[in-house]
Amino acid sequence: MNNNSMSKQTNLRRARRGQTRRTIVQGALAGGLAGLGLAGAAPFSRARAAADASKWPKDAFSQKKQADAIRVLYGKTPEPSDKVSLEAPEIAENGAVVPISVSTTLPDVTSITIVVSENPFPLAANYPIPAGTSAMVANRLKMAKTSKVIALVESGGKIFSASKEVKVTVGGCGG
Amino acid sequence: MRRRDVLKAFTAAALLEVHPRIGLTAPDDLYDIGRFGNVRILHLTDTHAQLAPVYFREPSVNIGVGAMHGKPPHLVGRAFLDYFGIAPGGRPAHAFTYLDYQEAAHRYGRMGGFAHLKTLVDRLRMGAGPGNSLLLDGGDLLQGTGPANALQGADMIEAANLLGVDAMTGHWEFTYGEKTLRQRLKEFKGEFLAQNVFLSEDAAFNNAAAFDPASGRVFKAVSIKEVGGVRIAVIGQAFPYVPIAHPKRFTPDWTFGIRETELQKLVDDLRTTQHPDAIVLLSHNGMDVDLKLASRCNGINVILGGHTHDAVPRPITVRNPCGATLVTNSGSNGKFLGVLDLNVGKGVVNKVRYTLLPVFADLIKPDREMAALIERLHAPYAAQSAEGLAIAHELLYRRGNFTGPMDQLICNAMCQELDAQIALSPGFRWGTTVLAGQKITTADLLAETAITYPEVYVQDMTGGQLKAVMEDVADNLFNPDPYYQQGGDMVRVGGMDYACAPAAAMGNRISDMTLDDGTPLQADKTYRVAGWASVAPQRGKPVSEVVAAHLRGEKTVRIRRVNRVALKGVDRNPGIGEGD
Repeated sequence: MNNNSMSKQTNLRRARRGQTRRTIVQGALAGGLAGLGLAGAAPFSRARAAADASKWPKDAFSQKKQADAIRVLYGKTPEPSDKVSLEAPEIAENGAVVPISVSTTLPDVTSITIVVSENPFPLAANYPIPAGTSAMVANRLKMAKTSKVIALVESGGKIFSASKEVKVTVGGCGG
Repeated sequence: MRRRDVLKAFTAAALLEVHPRIGLTAPDDLYDIGRFGNVRILHLTDTHAQLAPVYFREPSVNIGVGAMHGKPPHLVGRAFLDYFGIAPGGRPAHAFTYLDYQEAAHRYGRMGGFAHLKTLVDRLRMGAGPGNSLLLDGGDLLQGTGPANALQGADMIEAANLLGVDAMTGHWEFTYGEKTLRQRLKEFKGEFLAQNVFLSEDAAFNNAAAFDPASGRVFKAVSIKEVGGVRIAVIGQAFPYVPIAHPKRFTPDWTFGIRETELQKLVDDLRTTQHPDAIVLLSHNGMDVDLKLASRCNGINVILGGHTHDAVPRPITVRNPCGATLVTNSGSNGKFLGVLDLNVGKGVVNKVRYTLLPVFADLIKPDREMAALIERLHAPYAAQSAEGLAIAHELLYRRGNFTGPMDQLICNAMCQELDAQIALSPGFRWGTTVLAGQKITTADLLAETAITYPEVYVQDMTGGQLKAVMEDVADNLFNPDPYYQQGGDMVRVGGMDYACAPAAAMGNRISDMTLDDGTPLQADKTYRVAGWASVAPQRGKPVSEVVAAHLRGEKTVRIRRVNRVALKGVDRNPGIGEGD
């Protein structure tokens, strides 16, 4: 399934029915999850959670502190790695839809997770990666304010991380 | 040799000999720089449409924090002269610093001007020999004067065509909107290059026009030019933060950013598939961003930079994992012409010489054809432009990190005419200088205010909101990581004094906010705030009308109230001049 184009088509249909883009964006991001542009893996989303409630890591998604969310989700401390690649803008053009993508050259990847430290619920997305799947996900996240974004990759039973600050600015007054 | 080895050999060689030319001691012929190498690249940037020669005072406050402390471009006045070995008191000292500005400006006259630049460019290109030179423009070419704004940059495209610009990139160009920009680029005889402008996902999905639909790049990213018997790849890097620094409505379909990863891939692909002999990045990142980029991105020989309006006489050599890159910044307003002379062999830059020539109008005979073109283009605006609004009682300039008398004048006019307690004016780095005793003309006023979103507003803001805005702008200027800087100066404030600690963390830089009557601002109290150049749509009059009304009321304009910014934690910073 290509979630990317599916979501877009759905969004466009909604847009033509008169919903504003903002409503759609907010809808898509409810719960801090967005499922755009992933390669092969399906993210946990509310719809999916309903279908497969046993796998929805509800506790981790409910945590209000980054460290707690990571602890509840993995029970391990992440280790920074240059084999985890996190692509995100330095300054967001629109805090409501910040493009984030994560890829890695690490072997045996079983999950990829994105954490936004300053969001009310820092755990933003958690993608189980089935065996044989290219470990690359792309996402659009809502960020209320400037925050560190952390990409976590579960590989061979260990957790590796990369992070980057994404600034959300009021804009104006540029050169 | 493996590719990595080729890159190493290539960029390391470029370091062997850098010959800066900043002696500039012989005013009899400042511009007789002789021949060097087989490739000459002329670099203009941030002319801001100043077709006629101007006065432009370089900053007396340009603070570098963190790793940028005391390093170029964050040096002013005597510290600048000492660092670059320039003698005080002469023409070069006047061109590069603010020292004795009023007196030196009377002595040496105006600088820049396209008719003068045309003569100089032609001479330098002729000196290099036919087919051995390029003229590159780093952007902010189409905006900055009343006529350019009225003509949406069409005058500047004609001037650039006659000047012979081979390629350019952009910043304020984007504020005319996509349709107008595309029209201007059709008229442009050179190429517009930008590796870091992409279609938004929605625009790509709807098949919006792009130079390269596969990558989503809206514009051509790179042009390979045959010059001096070798192949030079020129990559364009537009201002990375257009939709953040300006209203998003001008470029709804485009997304920007520094795009370091995409740039590295582009350079690697070029090196492996096109085998250019040298790679030059024509950048509108700003100098601090370019310096960081050069330390992380491999395979670029020279970054010709702009945006931050820094006139830096010597290139900075930046080492990176596979070699080194030279970074330049060549000032603004047509005051300087960068001359990059290269000795390039097959896949190797052997020698480099860089000269940043100050363009003194009184030393250069204006080109007749260009002068006639400028006169024709601006004839419809001549009478209006020449209207004298008032006499300047003191030197009026804008450039500087925090304040300047020109913006104080604008803020005071807004407070008075719009009945506001506090006025905000954006920290633009363009805007020319008016000498004390000179007439302030409509042309002068528009050179400070001519943009596509000039409308004033008045709104109620709490002290807390005001502080949040100021903290946000201060972080754009003083974030210790250059990739998080946007390159403007601090928002100008009238009706209120405050203190700023540039080296403090985000949220902790601004304090001691005090109204003109001495009352400290309160976080939850509401104040009447005027401003202009908002990224949100506004319905007020253009700010130039507000200021013109204020000026017409007085014969000689004196700045009665000067607001102060007390600086904290930056004692002995060489980015702060004496007296500031």
